[in-house]
Amino acid sequence: MPRSTGWASAGCLGDGVVEFSVWDILRNLLLAARWTVALSLLAFVGGGLVGLALLVARTTPSVWLQKAVAAYVQLFQGTPLLMQLFLAYFGLALLGWDTSAWTSAAVALTLYSSAFLTEIWHGCVKSVPMGQWEAAKSLALNFGEQLRHIILPQAARVAIAPTVGFLVQVVKGTALASVIGFVELTKAGTMITNATFKPFVVYSMVGLLYFALCYPISRYARSLESRFHAHSH
Amino acid sequence: MAIQFDFAAIWVEWPLLAKGVAWTLGLTAVSATLGVLLGISCAWVKTQGPAWFKPVVGSYVELIRNTPFIVQLFFIFFGLPVAGVRLSAEWASVIAMVINLGAYSAEIVRAGIESTPRGQVEAALSLALSRMQTFAHVVLPPALQRVWPALVSQIIIVMLGSAVCGQISTEELSYAANLIQSRNFRAFEAFIVAAALYLMLSMATRATLNWLGQRWLFGGRRG
Repeated sequence: MPRSTGWASAGCLGDGVVEFSVWDILRNLLLAARWTVALSLLAFVGGGLVGLALLVARTTPSVWLQKAVAAYVQLFQGTPLLMQLFLAYFGLALLGWDTSAWTSAAVALTLYSSAFLTEIWHGCVKSVPMGQWEAAKSLALNFGEQLRHIILPQAARVAIAPTVGFLVQVVKGTALASVIGFVELTKAGTMITNATFKPFVVYSMVGLLYFALCYPISRYARSLESRFHAHSH
Repeated sequence: MAIQFDFAAIWVEWPLLAKGVAWTLGLTAVSATLGVLLGISCAWVKTQGPAWFKPVVGSYVELIRNTPFIVQLFFIFFGLPVAGVRLSAEWASVIAMVINLGAYSAEIVRAGIESTPRGQVEAALSLALSRMQTFAHVVLPPALQRVWPALVSQIIIVMLGSAVCGQISTEELSYAANLIQSRNFRAFEAFIVAAALYLMLSMATRATLNWLGQRWLFGGRRG
């Protein structure tokens, strides 16, 4: 099956110029923004689950596992998200799965998020003093119990603010799914631009909609952070 | 089903890849220099600039940090010509990258400036240095040194983000990979090779900038 990357032309809503009022543009963008939200949430939750599994693997005493997770993180943080999306898009097809742009984007963004979240959380786990591990061990808790009852609850307090902050990265990251043809906010903006020839108005609105999504999350993350610092000092 | 890989088909196109790597590095070098300078200026405004100008810089920083790079790029390349500003793909890419890095580095540098002990500024002022001299010679150099690792990380994020510039036909690395796969239909191999090259570029850039920072920018000065 031939796959296009949407490089040549972004696709058209129809031939000829369609009259779009500003309200029409906004309404269509808002409809598409639902997919931005859906993809963000899926990638964030999915990435969180995979990231948690990776975190456990990285905290185990096995050096081999620790190195594997570190390499995984390096791989996703050292390559562009766009390349990861292309690789998911063409790679899954190579495996014989007839994947949609939606599946490819969901897979790529989940893995991308998991790498970043596991790295953030790893830092939080390391911030828990060594004595806590030793105390837990001396209580005859096994590794799973130490992690679950002693370490993770303490690390979670530190982790909340940067985790919420990372959600902004995920929302912005979903914009790249437009390149493999997933119709979310950015792709809808391109399609409406092609139909209306009003790139200035359309991309301004697209930008403002992303801002409306991301800014409250950024503010919330910042307030969490200052609240945390207020408590710990 | 066995999957057949054909990496030889990618390597014969190495001149395209080399050109792509050169463009990616060039774009990154220019936008890193200008972007960090823009970030320092914004950090100066936010810490000791005129009061009326602070909200302007604050809005710029928040607006850029809370919108995707690809939308910023499309706005500059497709949107601005409507307002009479017509830019080539390469210029639009550089400007978008500078504006993007400027906003992020402004916050990073500001954090460094704010961690400067108050007494150092007072000491400098008591030696009859002007406010500007104090900033340039006493506050900024150690502040930059403190946040250098964060700045390097941000420069690498911008370099990886520049993969999107291929979308407006800037001939950087991801554009080269796409051109190759459109010639030989070896999409997966083309993007694997490109991703591997990006990985090497980001590791090499980090090593180079860390070395540059230690050896040349902050030589002999202790943090």
